Amino acid sequence: MANIIVLVKQVPDTNARIVLSGDRVDLSAVKKVMSPYDEFAVENALQHREASGGEVTAITVGGSGADKVLKDAKAIGVDHIVRIDCDTHLDSNALQTILASVISTLGGEVVYCGKSAADTGAGSTGPGVAERLGWASVSNTTSVTFGDQLSVVTPSSGGNARVNVPLPAVISCDKGNIKVRKPNVKGIMQAKKAQVDVRSVDAPASTVSVVAHSMPPAKPAGKSYQGGAAAAEVAQLLRDEANVI
Amino acid sequence: MTETIVIAEIVKGAVHPTTAELITAAHALGSQPVVVVPCADASVADGAAQFSGAARVLAAKSDVFSNYDAAGWASALDAVAPAGVIITSASPQSKDLAARLAARRGISVVQDVVQIEGGNLTSPIYSGKAMQTVSLSGNAVVTVRPNIFAPAGNDGSNDVSVVDTTGNIATAVQEFMARASTRIDVAEANIIISGGRGMGTPANFTHLEAIADTLGAAVGASRAAVDTWDEIPHSMQVGQTGKTVNPNLYIAVGISGAIQHLAGMRSSKYIVAINKDADAPIFQHADYGIVATWEEALPILQSTLSAMMA
Ligand SMILES: Cc1cc2nc3c(=O)[nH]c(=O)nc-3n(C[C@H](O)[C@H](O)[C@H](O)COP(=O)(O)OP(=O)(O)OC[C@H]3O[C@@H](n4cnc5c(N)ncnc54)[C@H](O)[C@@H]3O)c2cc1C
Ligand SMILES: Nc1ncnc2c1ncn2[C@@H]1O[C@H](COP(=O)(O)O)[C@@H](O)[C@H]1O
Repeated sequence: MANIIVLVKQVPDTNARIVLSGDRVDLSAVKKVMSPYDEFAVENALQHREASGGEVTAITVGGSGADKVLKDAKAIGVDHIVRIDCDTHLDSNALQTILASVISTLGGEVVYCGKSAADTGAGSTGPGVAERLGWASVSNTTSVTFGDQLSVVTPSSGGNARVNVPLPAVISCDKGNIKVRKPNVKGIMQAKKAQVDVRSVDAPASTVSVVAHSMPPAKPAGKSYQGGAAAAEVAQLLRDEANVI
Repeated sequence: MTETIVIAEIVKGAVHPTTAELITAAHALGSQPVVVVPCADASVADGAAQFSGAARVLAAKSDVFSNYDAAGWASALDAVAPAGVIITSASPQSKDLAARLAARRGISVVQDVVQIEGGNLTSPIYSGKAMQTVSLSGNAVVTVRPNIFAPAGNDGSNDVSVVDTTGNIATAVQEFMARASTRIDVAEANIIISGGRGMGTPANFTHLEAIADTLGAAVGASRAAVDTWDEIPHSMQVGQTGKTVNPNLYIAVGISGAIQHLAGMRSSKYIVAINKDADAPIFQHADYGIVATWEEALPILQSTLSAMMA
């Protein structure tokens, strides 16, 4: 029986156009979804439960709008949903501190999360939470085999490594070859009725503050050619103009 | 002034040249860095002795560094690195290390920095659809994207001092599995040539491989290619749910340039697109766009490059 935790984050749909309002990103008109890698984290958590028994708790840190991502996780099959209430920007230290504290309170023994969130792209949360808990961690895993220890596959220089991970541990999940299950009607009905366990935890003050958001610098228009013969000229330019070959 | 510490980037047991870019980033943050070289054999640190602009070089020597383990590396480096702003490369392994090291010190981590100006750090967010600029009011660990900062020079002669350290390894490698192909991985390559659904069949990827071999490049793919053809493994996928790459040159062949593909490669220094559809979105991001079928363009590209590299 394992007490399994999965971290899920609500992020803008990856197809969404990101716009600014003044010097801040304005997400008011943007559709929000579960961060894509978190779907693999949920799937691994559910497979872990099927292999060892136990229960899966999904945790998110966010405002009340983020309940949706928990309901989505519930519909796919997690047992409990917890939101740590917080509507302000947290730096990695603050975010990880409150996650680690709630994971300890819940008695978590293994944590699955995404390899990086689609908004930050950081990949900091899994290893950071693990360090705060004093646990093992492996990031970017493409396969997890469940047992008394976990056995995971992760990229290493020149290929992949199969690594034994003693529990407790945090696994940050890449895509790999697993197929994620979709919610069924029963799951969706249960999720509608499910209660979100809302908690509040004091966060340490952030020491990284956002100064501004901006659009990526526009790329000057490139050169454009018609017909495959131009490939010869482009090859020359790559050497003589761009200096990249 | 903030003390800065550069953790040397180690690839295949040697100090990687991107370490010189980290030294430049440290200067942009305001000081000459201490360069810490994680190594099992102290002679590895000699590879950092020639960098100009370093305050000193410290070989952090421990068996822990024989294989990567996040907990072991973070504890062993924490024991030897002075307090200050720590800078590492934004490679997948070093981003993981940076996050653990920051957490160990109870400080924050700022990932994927592409610009440092007046103490402010800028990184892409939303897969490069926007940028975020932050300021620090304390120490932090900062990871810096490769191929952005000019490398520090190579005419230094730093003394290397060796410090023994140890750490708590948490995981154990059971086996290494070499990649089926001996070709370099997209995450490690300076040049990438990627194919999409427009390649028609997986067998046609041999045309990309031939050019990759000529250039010492990696072969990548779009998700449509990976999802459609079993022969194209997910490890080749570039994009939102694949790898984020930052090469000097990215050649996209038969790839439309969907937002999720761009998410993984738009920060490449130079982008070449070959696509038969002049309206394909990839052309808006290309430095050199060729409107043509790959059947027409690739043989000419291949023969020109072969002649140039000969
Ligand atoms: C959550 C999510 C995550 C995603 N993650 C990724 C990701 O990580 N990476 C990714 O790539 N995609 C990703 N996608 C998919 C993405 O939206 C696109 O569907 C995908 O990138 C399309 O791949 P493509 O350009 O190869 O195919 P297509 O869009 O079908 O484009 C094929 C192109 O080939 C051209 N072509 C056809 N024949 C020829 C020829 N003979 N010569 C030259 N050109 C030719 C066509 O003009 C066309 O532009 C994701 C989508 C979602 C929803
Ligand atoms: N606010 C959050 N709430 C819940 N989980 C999160 C949150 N932020 C990050 N995570 C988890 O950590 C992973 C990596 O996020 P990041 O470190 O921001 O790239 C995400 O894919 C989530 O699984």
